Amino acid sequence: MVGLEHYLTVAAALFVIGIFGIFLNRKNVIVILMSIELILLSVNINLVAFSSFSGDLVGQVFTMFVLTVAAAEAAIGLAILVTFFRNRGTIDVEDVNVMKG
Amino acid sequence: MSVADFAFYAFAVVAVIAGLLVVTAKNPVHSVLWLILTFLSSAGLFVLLGAEFLAMLLMIVYVGAVAVLFLFVVMMLDIDFAALKAEMVRYFPLAALVGLVILMQLTLLYGAWTSAEGSAALHMAPAPDAAQVDNARALGMILFDQYFILFQVAGLILLVAMIGAIVLTLRHRTDVKRQNVLHQMWRDPAKAMELKDVKPGQGL
Repeated sequence: MVGLEHYLTVAAALFVIGIFGIFLNRKNVIVILMSIELILLSVNINLVAFSSFSGDLVGQVFTMFVLTVAAAEAAIGLAILVTFFRNRGTIDVEDVNVMKG
Repeated sequence: MSVADFAFYAFAVVAVIAGLLVVTAKNPVHSVLWLILTFLSSAGLFVLLGAEFLAMLLMIVYVGAVAVLFLFVVMMLDIDFAALKAEMVRYFPLAALVGLVILMQLTLLYGAWTSAEGSAALHMAPAPDAAQVDNARALGMILFDQYFILFQVAGLILLVAMIGAIVLTLRHRTDVKRQNVLHQMWRDPAKAMELKDVKPGQGL
């Protein structure tokens, strides 16, 4: 019988893969953005699993809002990426030092 | 093992393996395609959990919009991905360490959490019986009622994101010739052309 723990395990695995991907692809912003999408997806799976197993719909409503913010974040992130590539000719994160931050 | 259990394991294994391939694939186009597979299997998991509306939303928003956007950007930018990938081996130990630490922390949490007593009484919106009210209708009932302000704010976020993305990527190039419609419309033939009677042998 598949229980709540099984879904939490899948979500945890996806979350760790997302973090792993951010550190593994330190140079490639596109894959970093995809890793962030994976992390948000794992959060969504957690929310829906808890919502389903405790019989409370609020989790699913919040999943919808997380989905909205994730879509907005991807659009803005890719727009910044396109602008950055136009100005610098690279997408290497380590070259993002115009502000000397 | 029932059919639902088998479906869960199939979707879960596919989601995790595709997720792993997203971050390790050599070609970012393949990464995007694996990302789509991850989202599709997660949508399958959502269906198994009884959240059909969110499963469809995941397909439309993620597979239909976000993944295609990623694909567009990957294709549009002319980047030497081989050079970016060459550094991957260098970062692998650090990435594996961080991943392992977070995995251990999550495992510690895994066996330690319990639900508080009386937590069932705190439910904000108890899910109605699935046989009578379907998932999309039940979600709509509370989304447009209890969470109406948040719903409007979500719409506002999307509007701001849309305007922001357009403003960021729009550029007006000054080094190309453009058609000036107003200038063309106001052009007066009487002023634009002048007839001169050139005398033979004299010129102007």
